[in-house]
Formats: sequence, structure tokens, C-alpha cells
Amino acid sequence: MSATLRRNASVAAGAAALALAVLGAAAPARAQTLTMAVGAPVTSLDPHYHQLSPNNAVADMIFDRLINTDNLSRMVPGLAVEWRAVEPTVWEFRLRPGVRFHNGNPFTAEDVAFTLQRVPNVPNSPSSFAAYVRPIRGVEIVDPLTIRLRTAAPAPLLPQDLTNVRILDRETHEGAATEDYNSGRAAVGTGPWRVVQHRSGDRIEFERNDGYWGEKPAFQRVTYRMITNDAARTAALLAGDVEFIDQVPTSDLAKLRADQRVTLSEITGLRLIFLGLDHLRAPNENSPFVTDHEGRPLGRNPLRDVRVRRALSMAIDRQAITQRVMEGAATPAGQFLPQGVFSHVPELTPPRFDPEGARRLLAEAGYPQGFRITLHSPNDRYINDARIAQAVGQMWTRIGVRTAVEAQTWTTFIARAGRQEFSAHLIGWGSNPEGSHPLRNIIATYNRERGFGASNRGRYSNPEVDALIEQALVEMDEEKRERILQEAQRKAFEDVAIIPLHIQTNIWAMRRHLAHTPRNDELTRAQDVRPANAAAR
Amino acid sequence: MSVYLLRRLLQAVAVVFAMSLIVFVGVYAIGDPVEILISPDADQLERERAIAALGLDLPLWEQYFVFLARAMQGDLGRSFVFNEPALRLILQRMPATLELAFGATIMALIIGLPLGLYAGLRPHSPLSRAIMAGSILGFSLPTFWVGLMLIMVFAVQLGWLPSTGRGPTRELLGLQWSFLTWEGMRHMLMPAINLSLFKISLVIRLTRAGVRETILQDYVKFARAKGLRPARVVGVHVFKNILIPVVTVVGLELGSTIAFSVVTESVFAWPGMGKLIIDSINVLDRPVIVAYLMIIVLMFITINLVVDLTYSVLDPRVRLEAKGT
Repeated sequence: MSATLRRNASVAAGAAALALAVLGAAAPARAQTLTMAVGAPVTSLDPHYHQLSPNNAVADMIFDRLINTDNLSRMVPGLAVEWRAVEPTVWEFRLRPGVRFHNGNPFTAEDVAFTLQRVPNVPNSPSSFAAYVRPIRGVEIVDPLTIRLRTAAPAPLLPQDLTNVRILDRETHEGAATEDYNSGRAAVGTGPWRVVQHRSGDRIEFERNDGYWGEKPAFQRVTYRMITNDAARTAALLAGDVEFIDQVPTSDLAKLRADQRVTLSEITGLRLIFLGLDHLRAPNENSPFVTDHEGRPLGRNPLRDVRVRRALSMAIDRQAITQRVMEGAATPAGQFLPQGVFSHVPELTPPRFDPEGARRLLAEAGYPQGFRITLHSPNDRYINDARIAQAVGQMWTRIGVRTAVEAQTWTTFIARAGRQEFSAHLIGWGSNPEGSHPLRNIIATYNRERGFGASNRGRYSNPEVDALIEQALVEMDEEKRERILQEAQRKAFEDVAIIPLHIQTNIWAMRRHLAHTPRNDELTRAQDVRPANAAAR
Repeated sequence: MSVYLLRRLLQAVAVVFAMSLIVFVGVYAIGDPVEILISPDADQLERERAIAALGLDLPLWEQYFVFLARAMQGDLGRSFVFNEPALRLILQRMPATLELAFGATIMALIIGLPLGLYAGLRPHSPLSRAIMAGSILGFSLPTFWVGLMLIMVFAVQLGWLPSTGRGPTRELLGLQWSFLTWEGMRHMLMPAINLSLFKISLVIRLTRAGVRETILQDYVKFARAKGLRPARVVGVHVFKNILIPVVTVVGLELGSTIAFSVVTESVFAWPGMGKLIIDSINVLDRPVIVAYLMIIVLMFITINLVVDLTYSVLDPRVRLEAKGT
């Protein structure tokens, strides 16, 4: 999953306020067509070219995966009706019979083999899907509707990985380049919608695939527009030019909730906003943005002391941030995953707001007067990112850690964070619904050979946690794996490896005559929308 | 004349060259495109693969020479984001921006010239004062705000016009244009007005100032003394002489509208070049940024040239050979 773009809050607020001051506009054309607008541009119709949420959403409309995911990101049968590990290193998939691609070609195991072979070989891909098929060492076609995938080591996560891989047709896509998908010629899948026209960066026109194997979509045609400006997107909804929008700006929420013509659909997402701390500098070294109150180097790195980290976490009033800054569109968090998701840890509740206790802990750690720190944050990446950092800065200052907040554009921020230039930084993470995903990327010790800790920008390192992650990654028993992952998360969060803030709520808005099944993976897909009077799924 | 043109051409090449170098180094200094484009959960191996795939593993000077060598053959590189030739991406979106920019400029002339003439000829009438006061608003209101207000009033409240987007297009000379359809015109109206407000004000002010100055000249007095009709005095003797500054400014304004109508294009979700460039800057899509700015430099040089040529038509005293710079 990739980031939601940030909203231009003040403009949107003004726009919505004005929009609501006026009376209703003409009702949009109903019945057979649906016009929707998304906030982030789709860059390609090639499902294996760019691992990016907007692209994945559209790919989900055109293509299918072996294993699809429901709105809570749980695995459900897609082009595979059933899958199991016949040996620890062999997964077998039984494929759905009678499925046809948009051009009439039948779907068989050959197509799966072809897809798996194409995924790591897409030229010029800026972010490929190769990692999802990397464990696969051999592909064996048992019969046209049965395929076996052999891995080097036990790979319990292979089915989960394959929920990211959209299946192509060997006959149609042999030799097709990314441009052929973009032009629409090769945008041929087994999914519920077929592409009629693609105008890059502007809109995609879809038509229902009447031969779809699954539930038939409710609309005959869909216009999928891209309106990146938040205020304009809200205005287009209020004007009735579009009937459905995603990425509703938090500043417009209160007004949209009150509007009779509009209804919202929301769900707790999988994106955690958190603070990363400098674990790279040794306890007796200076952290780049930490000084004493006179601006002199401390001669030690207070962030390596767990009492200091705990104090910094306790000093934050998460309730205030989610209620005031996020306008209720977030849930305070004490870990990566929300309730109800595999490997969520029930007892890891959001740390209690306790400034007094925080001060005591600081004194205990040898900083009765506190110190000075700079908190770095992006200002154009996550919802209200810079404002959240400001709020945290004020809360830290209240316990004696005088905080300067420096917000900058994502392009600069992420390069510097990747070079460990910061002492404390605000960042987000969209998880797969499985604890090993955030653990191995953010918490595990940075290790190029193992592919661990690639997003561990604070360079936290805890051998105990690493060992648990390694163990979980080869544990085929679901229950055991969940327990190991919970244990690893408990250890990491007790040690305050990172400071979790909140999990974002995903919000969509639509005209009253529509209903929507919200997804926690943030994807905006036309098959999740239906007329409001139709029975809910 | 041909010496003049040749010199202009050489200048253009030098400017384009310098510009590509500056942009190359500039984008490199801002950040790393791979960090922005790559999926956050990509591991180290995948990151290294992406860096190599985009040619970013070479030292900067080598990347630049690879770019230059390809540019000599007319290949300005492929977009990191779209995996399509940067030049083609830009040219695909050019018609949308061009029709908007020309629409706005034509509107500015049609509305601005008569109002400016009137304000210049009758400087003390209440209507003239109103026009001048209005032009101050046109200068000072921020484009994004006016754009949103237009949407609120004409799309949300009155429902007369579509709020955003480009309407259906029709093909002309192998390109897709929306001004050829009624629905397309309706979509274009608000963004074009939004872009033209500033220009209308500019034309009004330039025209008025020119008229006030020219009207006192001896040749105008003489023309009047000869007993020519007022319409002819204004239409020929005054009008022709005030056009030189107007042409200069409108020419340059046209250029900057084509190049930098970013705000209007994003408020109205208009799929033109401005939106492409701002999206590309956000993700450091260097091939597109470099190609875009090179095209813009060429365009400005061409517009300046056309403006100079127009001078010589409007004013026989101007000799292009003599100017030279």
C-alpha cells in the first residue's frame, strides 16, 4: 500500500462551507452509470508495473488475483477456489473452472505460470511486485486447473503475498509492454470491469463484464475520474458532477456529515502514524538534533534510554490529536494493527496520557530539566501530518523536552530520513493484515541480505525480536505464528522501538442514492459501490 | 533577416543546454526519486533493482551524458512514473493546455481592448472608474480562490456549468480538441475565465495608458484637424500605435499561461501540461521535468521571435537586422 496524499485543508474548508450555504443541485443521472472521482492519480494500467494503491485499485477492477481480499483484507477465494500446503515447501492451488478473460480466452494454470514469470521482469518498473514471488523456486502445472508452487524454505506467507499479484492471460499478454496496458489494448483481465477508454491522469471509462464469474456489479458503465485537488473533488460531489469521492478531507467532515444530499462510509484503516527515534547513535554519542537547553551537545543520546522513550510516549495526548487535529478520523494506537486483524495484541492499548509520570521518568533517567530536540515531519504526505507534529511538539515541551518542529516536503524529508539524519521523525506505515509485515520492515535490524529493516529509519535493533520474526516467517501453523508475532510486538512496544500515535480512518463520501462497502486497505473500486436501496452484501 | 534568425537559433540552443544541466543537478539535489516512487515495503534488494532500472546507479555526470547522447537523437528519456517517452506524455497533454491558454488570451483581448479604449478615451466617466477599479480586483485576487468561487457559484449553486474536468473531445489535425463540441466549450468556460481575469486587467491597463498617451500626440490632433471621423482617428491612428506594448505583454503572458497554468489546471482538474508538471515535480520524475522545461524554453524563444516579427509589421521603423539581440 502506498500513501494517501495530503489535503489542502483550509481551501477545502472554505469551499465546503460555501457549498453548504447553498441549495441542492440537480440530481445526477442515475440508473446504469456511476461517476466516481479519486484523489490520487492512477499512473498505469499495467498491474505489475508500479506497486501503488491507486494502481492496485484499478487493477482490482480489471483483473483478479488467485486469492482476493475482502473489505477487511482477509483472504477469500479468487481465481483459486482452494489452496493448501501439501508439504511445508509446496503450496497447491486449485483453480476456478469456467473463467474467461474479457476477450473470451479461457483461464488455466498456464496463465498463472506465465504471470508468475512476468512479475519480476517488467522493464523500468519504479517499484515492482518481484518480492511477492521471490520465494517461489519452481512451478509445476499438475493439470489445467491445478498448480503447485515450490519454495526453498517453508513459506507460510506465500498465499498472503499472492494477494498482491493480478493474473494475466498468456495468449494476450505475451510480449505486451506497459504502454500496451496503458493504451487499453492489453488491459484485459478476468475482473468485473473491462476498460473502454483510458485518458492518462484524467479518467478511465469502464463497462461491466457481463461474463464475470463473481457477483455482478450494479452498474453498466463507470467513469473513474482523477481530481487531485481536495476542494475541487468535494465541490464536484456537491455539484453532482460526480457521485462518489475518496480521500475526504478531514476539514470537510463535519459539514458533509450534516449535508442531506451526501452520505459517508468509513472504516478503521491499516495505516499507523508513528514517531521514529534515533537508535543509531550509541548511548555515549550525540544525536544530531538533541542538545541541552543552552544548545550545547549532551555528550550522550537520551533516546537510547527506554525510560526517556517511554516518557516521550506518555507525554502525548493521543485522544486530543485524534479528536481535534484529525476531527475524529483516526483511532489512538498502541501498536501497528487495529482490533480484529490477525496478530493484533489485545493488551497493547494506547499508552496512557500522563505528563506527571513522564516528568518523573525523565528525572529518573537523569534529565530532570529535560533537553532540546527537533521533530522532523513531512507536510504533504499524510493526513494533517505537519499539524500532528506541531501538537506532539507542544506536548513534549510541556514535560520539559523543548521541541522545535521542522516540517518539509516529502521529497526532501524521506531522503534525509533514509540517511538517518534525524533524531525524531513523524512517518506512517500501511500494513498488510499480518504482524510480520510491519515487524520485518520497521522493527527488524537493518540487514540487506535478509531484506530486513528496509524502512527501519531509526535503526532500532533488538536480537530477541529479530529471532522471533525469523521464527514466525517459517512457522506454518497459523495459531503458533500469531502467538509468536504477538510476542514479538509486545517486546518491541514495551521497549518503545517506535512511538505509535494513531491509525487513520478511511473515508469515502457519496450522494445519498449510493451505498458503499468501505475497505481497510484504502482501495477505491467501483464493484464496492451499489444503489442504496439494493440489499447490502 | 536570416543572420538575425540564425543568431536567435544559436542562443536558443545554448539556453536549452544550460537549462537541462541546471534542472538535472537541481532534481538530484532535492532528493531520490526511488525513495518516493518505491512501495514502502520494498526490501533492500528491490530498492537496488529499481535504482538500476531507472539508471540512477551511475554517477550524476554519467547520467547527464547518457541523457545528452540520447537527446541528440531526439529521445528525452522515459518517465519514471509512466514508463512512456517523456516527450510523448507532454505532447499528449499539450492540446488541452493550448486551447485553454488561447481561449483565455482571446477572451482577454476581446474584453480587455474595448474596455481599455473606453477608459482611455473617457477617463473621467463613472463607467471608466468602475472598469479601472474592477481591473485592480482582477490583478489582486488569487487564482485558486477565484477558481473555487466560480465552481461554487456556477456549478454547485446554479448548476449551469460542469464543476471540473475536460469535456468530450473531437479530432482535428490528429489531435483531440474539446472546443469543437458544445459540451467541451461548457467545460472550458470557467477555467478559461479564471485564467483570463488577470490578463483582461493587464490589457485594460496597458490599453488605457497607451490611449491616454497617444491621444495627445501631434498626429492625432492633426488627424482630427483634418476632419477625419472620430472612429477612424481612434481605430487607425490611436489603436495601431498602442498595440506594440499590448502585443509584447500578451505574447509573454500567453507563454507563461501555457507553461504555468498549474493552479487553474489543478483546481479544475484540467488534464493539461501544468498538472503533469506539478505531479512530476512531486515525485521527482526527472525525465518529464527536464523535457518539459526544455520545451518551455523553446516556446518562449519562439514567442519572443514572433513578437519581434510582429513589431516590424506594426511599426515600419523597426528593423530586425539592427536589433540583433
